[in-house]
Amino acid sequence: MAKIKTYVRPMQGWWRRNPFFVRYMIREASSVFLAIYAVILLVGLARLTQGEAAWDAWRAALTSFGSLVFHWLALLTVGYHAYTWWKVAPKTAPDLRFAGRPLPELVITAGGWFATLGASALVYIIVRWM
Amino acid sequence: MAEPRTIEIEVLRYNPEKDAEPHFQTFKVPFTHDTSVLQGLQHIKDHLDGSLTFRWSCRMAICGSCGKMVNGKPELSCHTFLRDYYPGKVRIEPLNHFPVLRDLVIDQTDFFNQKLPAVKPYLLPKEDKPLSAGTHLQTPKEYHSYYQYSQCINCLLCYAACPQYGLNPKFTGPAALALLHRYNADSRDRGWQERAEVLNSEEGVWGCTLVGYCSEVCPKGVDPAHAINQNKVKSTMDYFGVLKFLMPRGGS
Repeated sequence: MAKIKTYVRPMQGWWRRNPFFVRYMIREASSVFLAIYAVILLVGLARLTQGEAAWDAWRAALTSFGSLVFHWLALLTVGYHAYTWWKVAPKTAPDLRFAGRPLPELVITAGGWFATLGASALVYIIVRWM
Repeated sequence: MAEPRTIEIEVLRYNPEKDAEPHFQTFKVPFTHDTSVLQGLQHIKDHLDGSLTFRWSCRMAICGSCGKMVNGKPELSCHTFLRDYYPGKVRIEPLNHFPVLRDLVIDQTDFFNQKLPAVKPYLLPKEDKPLSAGTHLQTPKEYHSYYQYSQCINCLLCYAACPQYGLNPKFTGPAALALLHRYNADSRDRGWQERAEVLNSEEGVWGCTLVGYCSEVCPKGVDPAHAINQNKVKSTMDYFGVLKFLMPRGGS
């Protein structure tokens, strides 16, 4: 059979063509802030092992303007990441059924949020008591 | 409102014998409240330009032939109505991520000749029963565990919705993986190990990054994103060799 000539359209800029893909890219990019935040926490842990002066220096660095801007930004993007995380949870969950019917997606998403808020409240209470 | 009204339809045109690349052509098409986008295209072909090429068959959202990008979204053109775009324009393109053969016609051979046969989309029972042994019985619960996935009509809208397929055409993709799951989830089937190589590979479930748009655009209510992502867990268990103990229909 003769080779058929086809035209393959370029993918360049694909994620800007649809708001759904823009939200997906923001979701994926928000994990970068989460990773940087985790590295900052790990550095704090390392500084703690180096003694009081190192620990205090790390804590002082956290109060700098740049650090505050980053942490506010990280809080916002991680909040969005959490929102998308529970939104896609029904896709990653196993086939959950209740009385033979699939569990509505909203129930799984809401369950995730209850768990998140519950865990956050628990951590807050423990920290306050200690 | 007085009918018929007139809407502008922009259609992507590509003639492989003449054009180096596609271009858009605009047509003015009369429509009433029940004119589908497909009927708009048929009006163009019948009355304005007989050379316009596109696929269609059943006109009632079951054959899966008439998928197009309608204003950038993968849609069955018989299932989409011109009234919903008026007074704006409608821009119709061939389904994204597939090579264009001519105008709105895409080359589907990658799916039908490679991806679909690779997942063995048919029952692989443990052993063939003679006809005299009667039918395979199934409870409603067993039936419902795969029913939605069996609604796939191979229209390829989910491939047009999947940027991972666009970026890497080797990715097995939403419909084929959803159909793979449809047979694995069927109580009459024992073929999961025969399908494991496709499922577990980099181009199998691991090619998916959960964009999730496939499940949004499916006209038949199939949820390929769920089929793929619940199988990432199964693929991991298979990697560690525990799946065969956990599958009720096990390593047979």
